[in-house]
Amino acid sequence: MDFQVVVLAGGFCKSLVPLVSKDVPKALLPVANRPVLSYVLEHFEENNLKDFIVVVEGENAALLVGGWISNAYVDRLHVEVAAVPEDVGTAGALRAIDHHLTAKDILVVSGDLISDIPPGAVAAAHRRHDAAVTAMLCSTPISGPSESGSSGGKDKAKKPARHNIIGLDPTKQFLLHVAAGAEVEKDIRVQKSILRAVGQMEIRADLMDAHMYAFKRTVLQEVLNKKETFLSLRRDVLPYLVRSQLRSELSQNGAVAEENGNSKGVSDSTIMLSQLLTNASTQSFHELYALGSDGSALSPRKTHKCCVHIASKSNYCVRLNSIQAFNDINRDVIGDASHLSGYSFSPQNNIIHPTAELGSKTTVGPHCMLGEGSQMGDKCSVKKSVIGRHCRIGSNVKVVNSVIMDHVTIADGCSIQGSVVCSNVQLQERVVLRDCQVGAGYVVSSGSEHKGESLAKKEKQ
Amino acid sequence: MVGKKGGSKGMGVAEDAEEELARTPLQAIILADSFTTKFRPITLERPKVLLPLVNAPMIDYTLAWLESAGVEEVFVFCCAHSKQVMDYLDKSNWFGQPNFSVTTIESHNAISAGDALRLIYEQHVIRGDFILVSGDTVSNMSLSQALKEHKERRRKDSNAVMTMVIKQSKASPVTRQSRLGTEELFMVIDPETKQLLYYEDRGDNLKGYLSLDKALLTYNTSISLQNDKQDCYIDICSPEVLSLFTDNFDYQHLRRDFVKGLLVDDIMGYKIYSHEIHSSYAARIDNYRSYHTISKDIIQRWTYPLVPDVQFFGNSATKLERQGMYRAPEIKQSSSSKIGPFTVIGSGTSIGNNTEISNSVVGEGCSIGSNVTIESCYIWHNVTIEDGCKLKHSIVCDGVTMKSGAALEPGVVLSFKVVIGRNFLVPAYSKVSLHQQPIKQDSDEELEYADNSSGITESPSVSGTLDLLNEEERTELPDSQEYEVGDGGVGFIWLVSEAGQEEEWRHSVAPIPVDKLVEIMQISNDETDLPNEDGAFLPPSGELGPDSITNDSNEDAEDIRDDSVIFEREVEATFQRAVEEDVTDDHVILEVNSLRLSYNMASADCAGALFYSVMKLALDAPHDSPNELYKNVVSTVRKWKKLLKYYLSSIDEEIEVILKFEEMCLESAREYSPLFVQILHHLYDQDIIQEEAILDWASEKEGAEESDKIFVKQSEKFIQWLKEASEEEDED
Repeated sequence: MDFQVVVLAGGFCKSLVPLVSKDVPKALLPVANRPVLSYVLEHFEENNLKDFIVVVEGENAALLVGGWISNAYVDRLHVEVAAVPEDVGTAGALRAIDHHLTAKDILVVSGDLISDIPPGAVAAAHRRHDAAVTAMLCSTPISGPSESGSSGGKDKAKKPARHNIIGLDPTKQFLLHVAAGAEVEKDIRVQKSILRAVGQMEIRADLMDAHMYAFKRTVLQEVLNKKETFLSLRRDVLPYLVRSQLRSELSQNGAVAEENGNSKGVSDSTIMLSQLLTNASTQSFHELYALGSDGSALSPRKTHKCCVHIASKSNYCVRLNSIQAFNDINRDVIGDASHLSGYSFSPQNNIIHPTAELGSKTTVGPHCMLGEGSQMGDKCSVKKSVIGRHCRIGSNVKVVNSVIMDHVTIADGCSIQGSVVCSNVQLQERVVLRDCQVGAGYVVSSGSEHKGESLAKKEKQ
Repeated sequence: MVGKKGGSKGMGVAEDAEEELARTPLQAIILADSFTTKFRPITLERPKVLLPLVNAPMIDYTLAWLESAGVEEVFVFCCAHSKQVMDYLDKSNWFGQPNFSVTTIESHNAISAGDALRLIYEQHVIRGDFILVSGDTVSNMSLSQALKEHKERRRKDSNAVMTMVIKQSKASPVTRQSRLGTEELFMVIDPETKQLLYYEDRGDNLKGYLSLDKALLTYNTSISLQNDKQDCYIDICSPEVLSLFTDNFDYQHLRRDFVKGLLVDDIMGYKIYSHEIHSSYAARIDNYRSYHTISKDIIQRWTYPLVPDVQFFGNSATKLERQGMYRAPEIKQSSSSKIGPFTVIGSGTSIGNNTEISNSVVGEGCSIGSNVTIESCYIWHNVTIEDGCKLKHSIVCDGVTMKSGAALEPGVVLSFKVVIGRNFLVPAYSKVSLHQQPIKQDSDEELEYADNSSGITESPSVSGTLDLLNEEERTELPDSQEYEVGDGGVGFIWLVSEAGQEEEWRHSVAPIPVDKLVEIMQISNDETDLPNEDGAFLPPSGELGPDSITNDSNEDAEDIRDDSVIFEREVEATFQRAVEEDVTDDHVILEVNSLRLSYNMASADCAGALFYSVMKLALDAPHDSPNELYKNVVSTVRKWKKLLKYYLSSIDEEIEVILKFEEMCLESAREYSPLFVQILHHLYDQDIIQEEAILDWASEKEGAEESDKIFVKQSEKFIQWLKEASEEEDED
C-alpha cells in the first residue's frame, strides 16, 4: 500500500495533567501497562503498515518518545520521530514535516487513538473514490461503558457537547457537512449548493470524528501551503475541504494540475469502469455536478471528494484525551475490549504476571492486571484495576476501578477507588482516595482522605 | 365485538374515540379555489378547477381519485365563480353516486385556504380525520397506507395532526424549480418517525446556506435534510387542523402559515408527519408549467387509470393508438394530415390537409384548417384555427378563433373567445383576453395575499403607472383602437409587470429557452464562485476555532447577539451623530441614558462605551505617526471631557474605562498600545481618571495572567510615581 502513516503523538497535553509530566508525555501514558502510542503502532503493524512518521510536540517529549520507540520496535518498524514546536496545531505539525511526505496518500492518525478499526477500510474507501480526504467516523458511545460508579466523579460533563454534526449523503460514503457540536452556536448551516447536488443529506449527531484521516498528499500540501492560518486538521482543513468540494479551489496551481490531470484524464474513462467494478449503479453526485445538469456544461466544474468510513458499532474506538477517557480505556482494554490489549487472559479473566507476588487471602478479580514484579500483601482486594510493574502494596489494601502505574508504594490499609496513581507515588498508611489523580512522585501522607482531587507536586515549568 | 358495542355510549372514552374513528365515513375537503392568480386571465372567466386537463375538467380527476381511494363524503369548497362550479357539479353525475356524497360549501368572501377552513369548521361537518386537497390535484395513490399510518400515530400521540404526502422529484439544479414549475423545497424529516421538522419552499436564493436550528438535533441523533422531494399538497388531517385555523385567525396559507406555524411552535407540540409515495402518482396543477407537465404525464399514462382512454368520469372515451396517440371516434381528419405522438384529439374535431399536430391536446368540436402546425399546444374546445396558422407551446381556450396565417410564439395563452387577426404574430409569453387587465384586485375573483410567490402578480405599485397609461388609452379609445391582436382580432394583450416578465418563462407552458438556461447557469456559477473570494461566506458553524486568527467575521456574527455589544454600538452611533451634527453634551447624555435604560446597563457600561467612542473618534481622525495620534486624542478628549466626566462619578466607572482602554489596545485599536501610558497619564492630568482608579486597576491586575499584564507593566513607572506621590501626600 502506498500510504504513509503520520502519527500525531502530541506533547504534554494540558488536559491530562497530572497524569502527564515532564518525564511522561501523553504518548507514553500507560494503557494496561503499555504506552498508548504502542496501540496505534501495533494496530497499523498488524495491517501491514510499517512506515511511520511520529510527530511529537516539543523536543524533550520527542526524545522520550523516540527513545522508547527505538527500544521497543527497533527491528520491527521503520519509524521516524519528528519534533515540532508546541502549540502549532495538527495542521501546523503536518506543515512542519511537509518535506517528509512523499507517498501518494497520507494516513494521519492521532497517537491517542485506541481502536480496532482496520485502517485498511479507511484507505480502501479513500482509494475507491479517489478522494481528496477520507475521514473515519465512529459511533459515539451513548452512555459509555460506565455502569460502575467510578465514572460519576471526574466526568467533566463534556461528553454530550463533544459530538460532531456530520452531514452524509444517502449512501453514507461522502462527507457533506462537518461541524463540531460544541462549536455550533445555534444554527446548523448547510450549504444549499451541496444539498442541491446531492438531493438528500443525512445530518447526524451521533458520530464522532475518530481523528484518522486519509489525505491525498498533493491536496494536503496545497491546502497547508495556501491557507497559512489553518491550525487544526479537524477544525480548519477538513471543514474547508468539505465546504469547497463542489467548487474546488485545488488544482489551480501546478502541483495539483498534474494530479488532477491524471485523475481527470484517466478517470473519464476509468470512472465508469471503476464504478462498474465497485458495483455503484450511479455516478457519484460529484461527477454529475461537474458535468452540469444535462451533461453538457460549458466548462466542467472542479470538484473533489470527501469520503467517510463509518466504523460499525461493534468496533472499539476511543481517544485518550481526558482523564475520564484514560480511566475508561484502561478499564475497557482489560475488560470489554480485551482483544486490544494483546495479552492472553487467565481463566479468571485477569492477567497476573508470573513474577508478581500475592499475599494470603488477597484476591484479584476479573478484568484486572498485575504487572511484572509487583508485590501485594495479605487480604488485599483488586477489582477492575490495572496495577503496574514493581509496585509494592501492603496489606488490607483495596483497589477498585483504578489505575496504578509503575513503582508505586502503597502502605497498609489504603483504599483506592476510581483513581489514577502515577509512577513512583507513595501512599502512606490508611490513605483513602476516591476519584483522584495523583501525579508522579507525589507522597500522600498517612490517614488522609481525598475525594475528586488532583494531587501533584508543584512543579513550575 | 365492534358491532355489539357500536351503538352504546357507556364505555371508556378512549375506546369510544377509537370506535368513532372507525365509524366515521372517510371525508375529504376539496378547495375548488386555489386563491392565487397564476392562471389569469383564464380564471377571470372560469374557475381553475373547471379548466380542461386533457379534455376533462380538473376537478373530475380529483373527485374520481377520491372516490376510487375510498373517500365517502366530499365537501367542495367553492369561492371564485362558485356558481359555475356548483352548476357543473349539478349537471355532472357526481351528485347521487352511491357511497360517495358530494356537498358544496359556498363562500363569497374567503380569500385564502385559511378562510375556507375556518368557514368549514363553523359548519361542523367534519367529524373525523379528513383528506384535504385542492381541486386541481391529479393522483392515483391509494390512501389506505397513509391513512393507516396517520391513525396509528394518532392513537399513540394525539398531537400528530397532519400527514403530508410527498414524492420524490428533484428540482433542477439550474433553475431551482421542480418539473412542476414550483420552487425548490427543503425539508427536514426524521428518518425514523418520518416527522416533518422543517419546511422551506421559498428559500432565500441569495443565501448560500440553510440555517437549521440546532435544537433539531437534541432529540434526534439523525435527521434527514431533503431537497429532492415534491410536496403533493395532499394532506391527511385530523379535525384539530380546522380548529387550529380558527384559533390562529391569521393563518392563511396551508404551507406558509399553517405548516410553518406548527413547526415553529413548540408550546402546543403539534406534529406533522410525512408519507412518501413511490410508485403512484400525485401532483397538483399550480401553474402553467405544471399544467403542461401533468398533461404529458396523463397522456403517457403515469396517472392510470385516470387516462384519456379510460372513462373515469365525464370524459368521453378516446381510443389509444400507437405512440401514445388518442383519437376520439368521431373526428374528421384529412388523410394528408399528420398526427404525431402523444397527442389527444377530441371528438367532433376536424383537421384539414397537410396539418401537423404533435405532442398536443386538441379538444372537442375544434376545426383546424389546412397547413397548420401545432406543436406542444393545449387547444380546448370549439376552437377555430384557420389555414396556415402556426402554434407552438401555447394554451388556446374555448371558442378562440385564429384567423389564417396567425402564429403563436411559445408561452402564449389565449383566453376564451379571443380572435387573433390575420397573419398576426402573438409575441412569446403574452396572455390575451377579452377582458382588460384589471388595474386593481377584483375582490371576488381569485385573490391573493401580499406574500404570494407567483411572479405574475399584478402588483399595482410596481407596474401601476405603466398599466394606468395603457388603461387610459384603452378607455379613451374603446373601439377605434381595434384591440391589439391584429386585423380583425378581438382581445387585449395583458402586460406583465416588470418583475413578472423576468420570471414568466419559469411558469410558462413553453420549455425554458436555452439561452435562459445558459444565463442562469452563468449566474449560479458566479454565485458559487462568489464565496471563493470572500472567506467569510458561511461564517461557518464553528469551523474556525475561537482562537484562530481569521475569525473576525465569525466573532462579529456571534457577538451581535450580545446585548452589551449592541449597546456599545448604539452608543457609538449616538456619539458619532453628536460629533457630526454638533449636538450638545446634554442631549448626548439624554440619549445615552435612554439607551442605558432600554438595554439595562450599568453606568460603568456607559462610561466604557462613551470612552470607547471618544477614542475611536480620535483614532479615525487622520494621523501618520503615534505622535499625531496622541495629539488627536488630546484634542478629542479636551472637547468631550465634560461628557466623559458625567459618567465617571465613581472609581468603579474609572476602572471600567481603564479596562476598556486596555481591551481596545489589545483588540480593536492596536495603534493605541504604544501610547497606553502616555494617554493614561493625560487622562490623569485632565482629572478624568483619578490616581485611586489607576492604583486599584493595577492591584486588580496583579493576580492576572502574564498576558493580561502587558499594560500594567508598561505603566509601571507611572504607577510607581503615583504611589510615591500619594505616600508623600499621606506624609504631609
